[in-house]
Amino acid sequence: MERKDWPLWEVFVRSKAGLSHKHSGSLHAPDAEMAISNARDVYTRRSEGVSIWVVESKHIHSTLETDSESMFDPNEDKIYRHPTFYDIPDEVGHM
Amino acid sequence: MSEHELQAIFDRKIENEVKIEPKDWMPDAYRKNVLRQMSQHAHSEIVGMLPEGNWITRAPSLRRKVALLAKIQDEAGHGLYLYSAAETLGTDRERIVLDLLEGKAKYSSIFNYPALTWADIGAVGWLVDGAAIVNQIMLQKTSYGPYSRAMIRICKEESFHQRQGYEILLTLCRGTEEQKAMAQDALNRFWWPSLMMFGPSDKDSPHSAQSMAWKVKRMGNDELRQKFIDQTVKQADFLGLTLPDPDLKWNEEKGQYDWGQIDWEEFYNVIKGNGPCNKERLAARQKAYDNGAWVRDAATAYAKKRAERKNKEAA
Repeated sequence: MERKDWPLWEVFVRSKAGLSHKHSGSLHAPDAEMAISNARDVYTRRSEGVSIWVVESKHIHSTLETDSESMFDPNEDKIYRHPTFYDIPDEVGHM
Repeated sequence: MSEHELQAIFDRKIENEVKIEPKDWMPDAYRKNVLRQMSQHAHSEIVGMLPEGNWITRAPSLRRKVALLAKIQDEAGHGLYLYSAAETLGTDRERIVLDLLEGKAKYSSIFNYPALTWADIGAVGWLVDGAAIVNQIMLQKTSYGPYSRAMIRICKEESFHQRQGYEILLTLCRGTEEQKAMAQDALNRFWWPSLMMFGPSDKDSPHSAQSMAWKVKRMGNDELRQKFIDQTVKQADFLGLTLPDPDLKWNEEKGQYDWGQIDWEEFYNVIKGNGPCNKERLAARQKAYDNGAWVRDAATAYAKKRAERKNKEAA
């Protein structure tokens, strides 16, 4: 493995206990251990996190921009999935 | 989809303030423009560590030393954010770095000036980081998603840089006559080069109009420069220092300061490689690249050995 072939890793940081890991950015490293140690220096210099995940970018599968219409647009006309669709009289109080 | 349709989708996104993401279709010229700007920006962060690095061992107190170290470490981090963002456009880190070493990529002209005294470290934080922040706040809204996200992160971290610089100068200005004179001298040398950081006037800038049309940049060089001047005058007054521009004057009608002339000949000369420190800066980057080769090789060898051992254990 040449230096230029160091894989790309995506870095996810949990900002505090109880919250999800969120994507912070990416970096190159020869293996997972070094990816974590570099991620600590690059993405958590100001106590931004309590836990770090790294995953090789090539293992992430995603939707394509060209799919987005068929994937996400059907939700737009399903307003009955939202609480505000239902009329509840004020006297009932908070629900 | 035809190129014509893809272009229409791209144009609509730019118009509607929808960010362009790495896998989206984009015109080649847009890709090149954003890549050039991000690479230049990343190199500026990295080369920007050099004038300050010179003062780590000479910092006047432990407080100043840890602050300067943290600032320089941030700059390394900011360089990495930007290199990563640039790589999403289909080039690799090695190539971007080599472009700098081979003189094909630029970095901000300001880092070709030396930091001669401790007061210069104050002036760099206050003025150079101050000017960079004005530019970067605007770039948080850039149309390229990864660039915008890198800028948001960088802006969040950078305000301490400017404050630590201003505090250094404030301390000097409240000190002895010599210390105050040292602060004034630093300001005299860094003021004009800081104004040059915003680049040529928009009418003379080869990329400005197109960058604005693509919303890569959201404000012109002249507007940003004016904004920086307007916010800095008051800060200089508070220090009791004089900005080295006899033409600087409040213009009530315009609601902004009038100011003198930038020596553009100096600017272009520094960009061409003839500034006080151009050669020294590139030599330092080349040396770091060469001296770091064994570390990169060792990391690669170590990862390989561990992977092999793991495979053997599994077999």
